[in-house]
Amino acid sequence: MTFDRRRFLQAASLAALAATVRIAPAAEPRRKLLVLVELKGGNDGLNTVIPYADPQYTALRPRLAIPRDQVVQLTEQAALHPSLAPLKAAWDRKELAVVQGVGYPRPNLSHFRSIEIWDTASASDEYLEQGWLARAFALSPSPADFAADGVVVGPNAMGPLSGNGVRAIALSNPEQFLRNARLAHDEGRAANAALAHILAVERDVTLSAQRLRAGRTFATEFPRSAFGNSASTAAQLAANEAGISVVRVSVGSFDTHANQLGTHANLLKQLAEGLVALRGALIEAGRWDSTVVATYAEFGRRPRENQSGGTDHGTAASHLVLGGAVKGGLYGAAPALDRLDANGNPPFAIDFRAYYASFLDRWWGIDSRAVLGGKYSAVGFV
Amino acid sequence: MKKIATLLALAACAATAQAAPIGYEGARHLLNRVGFGATDAEVVAFAPLERDAAVDRILGGARTEPVHAPPAFVDEPFTPFYKLKSLSADERMAYQRKRVQEGFELRGWWLREMLDTPSPLSERMTLFWHNHFATSQQKVRSPQLMYRQNVLLRREALGNFGALLHQIGKDPAMLVWLDNAGNRRQAPNENFAREVMELFTLGEGHYGESDVKEAARAFTGWSLDRETGTYVFRPAFHDFGEKTVLGRTGRLDGDDVIDILLARPETARFVVAKLWREFISPQPDPDLVARWAALLRDARYEMKPLMRAMLTSDAFWSPGNRATLVKSPVVLVVGTLRTFDIHPFDMRPAVFACAALGQNPMAPPNVKGWPGGDAWITSATLLARKQWIDRVFRGAEPPAMLMAVGDAPAKPGAAGVPGEQRYQRMLERGMSEYAFDPSKLPHDAARVRALVLATAPVNPTEGLQGADLARALVADPAYQLQ
Repeated sequence: MTFDRRRFLQAASLAALAATVRIAPAAEPRRKLLVLVELKGGNDGLNTVIPYADPQYTALRPRLAIPRDQVVQLTEQAALHPSLAPLKAAWDRKELAVVQGVGYPRPNLSHFRSIEIWDTASASDEYLEQGWLARAFALSPSPADFAADGVVVGPNAMGPLSGNGVRAIALSNPEQFLRNARLAHDEGRAANAALAHILAVERDVTLSAQRLRAGRTFATEFPRSAFGNSASTAAQLAANEAGISVVRVSVGSFDTHANQLGTHANLLKQLAEGLVALRGALIEAGRWDSTVVATYAEFGRRPRENQSGGTDHGTAASHLVLGGAVKGGLYGAAPALDRLDANGNPPFAIDFRAYYASFLDRWWGIDSRAVLGGKYSAVGFV
Repeated sequence: MKKIATLLALAACAATAQAAPIGYEGARHLLNRVGFGATDAEVVAFAPLERDAAVDRILGGARTEPVHAPPAFVDEPFTPFYKLKSLSADERMAYQRKRVQEGFELRGWWLREMLDTPSPLSERMTLFWHNHFATSQQKVRSPQLMYRQNVLLRREALGNFGALLHQIGKDPAMLVWLDNAGNRRQAPNENFAREVMELFTLGEGHYGESDVKEAARAFTGWSLDRETGTYVFRPAFHDFGEKTVLGRTGRLDGDDVIDILLARPETARFVVAKLWREFISPQPDPDLVARWAALLRDARYEMKPLMRAMLTSDAFWSPGNRATLVKSPVVLVVGTLRTFDIHPFDMRPAVFACAALGQNPMAPPNVKGWPGGDAWITSATLLARKQWIDRVFRGAEPPAMLMAVGDAPAKPGAAGVPGEQRYQRMLERGMSEYAFDPSKLPHDAARVRALVLATAPVNPTEGLQGADLARALVADPAYQLQ
């Protein structure tokens, strides 16, 4: 019987394909999509969006500064790392916002504490249990027929989607998820907290499996890399007929304490190629104008290089926001390399909660004050 | 007055519990918590023992060396990292393939050790320290160095935490993993200095940024011999100047800093609370943690007195703390093999399974290790768990069915899971020697239930027997708990 159901799901997904692919873009979902890209380990923002004209930049980085003739110029002051060249076209089309100096007051330099701060949108000294997206969807659930509020791609922790009150699942690829979903059919209540957690996960699996379709193919080719695979999965999810509000993918580790140049160049190349492919597939699916893709990370890295050819933990960093509806351009402020703090890190220009407020208030129309516990003015990139 | 009477009654109860045989369920609880599953015969052997005797037997059997000989490659000469640069593209590819192969051999060897060892607690603790000093082959890129670290973790698994901490700072894999090998005085690398405080000893919030910077200076010069891949102190890299770490000032070196960290009360509390979450429940009791932390410090960081106190405590044995811990993937996979007495010739499918379930030994996600607890279970990992269990216990189904399920090929490389596609193929074809043999189970249904589950099943199992009963029990959500 379970077997028939799988066949049925496959048949249904083919039917769904036949019905939607040709006719029109997937019906306009009632809540737009945010694809979050976590740059795990803390990305070197300074070598991602490069203040190439600032003499401090080369002074702080005798070995790591990207030579001026190799950078991808955006403005008189800012340039992209050469590995991000594939994104230049999006910049020229005004589909890429570069948000400089995203951080928070009294920054914590621990990976784990700082990503917790980002995931829960807490203050530096405040400990919250629930992820910021879980809070948002608990307050304003996605439409009832959505496949889920959010999907985490890969075997990682749920991050901003962790906690109660949110319908979230994790999967590595949709086909496999649907094949195995039949194995999760337990129902019941449990006083035991661990058991209750397992049963809640099973409920979300069952509900999502009824609404997810797999097998969507794209003419766009995805790069053969871990992030390429994640981007491909994100595209399949975005193209799904039943909506999803958030997809979280990740790439890294960007924790480049030593011999940074090659590692960082490879990671940014993976990132750029994956994002370009994602854009192509979403255009095919008619979802590019109703999707924004945004990066985040626990912190940037120290402006002054260390003696192992790497960089230690930093604070504020630049992030990238892409999408058909994005108002491209530079936001925030270039890193103030002449105003480093006692640890050698730059001040932030945009609070990460203002970054989040942009998605909450302007992309979804969810009151950010209720989610973030304070007033943060949205940045104008959407 | 009434209060005192109640206290006396409670004390009497506790004393009786201590003196009574632990019984089948008690033995099952103990063996599963300190090891990887347990067979019916093992549970039966422990059931008549009293609490102290059972725990003493386990601690008395602690090992410092594995029973299985390591893979042959560990004795090959070390290939210096710098030599890799002069290899041709083909040679490099071949070298990388060999290294990946060795990584599988190493993990297979360790999982087999977990499965066969007469002292499962020794391996549970080796795994615990691997998660505490979480080091990954992904960056170390030398299975030989990973093996040497594994040997160190096992040698001190139930030995001395202080000794282990001093040695881990000079462990070659750790020197590469947290970049201390290149930590020089002119511009110190803070990676190890930070993590040794945040994750190995004090915990976040118990040190300042200046402590990190100063400690990083003290660790300069702890480096690696390029030819042999062994620890070497490089005076030219070392900052011999004065430093202040956690209020102590002097011409501190790395060992001084580690001693300063061991002298702080936070360190023992941090380690004990983590052990509580590993062995007792997700919520450490602060009073008991404080008491046991004092015990650990008084014993100069010898582990056995602490483990004896924990494992004989009422907290460990409390019915309220049973089945409150989610099994880690390694505990689930090896524990299933051990409980059902499955001893495969090829351990690779088990290695792949652990990775697919979210715990690839020797490749933790980062230096904090695997988050563990409820975080083990997401929809992705829960389905992977259920899929693996389904394959092992599928058994009697006709081959046609297996083929049919296998006909939908997995798409190339699902994100983040190493060798996903190969794993799926293995699940379809290579699992025959992992199939369980129902004839090895006890005949009594209640005893099978007590052997397999730590708590009552969610789904009804009344009337089921033999293989059907076993399948229902391992498919039950309660099987994910210990």
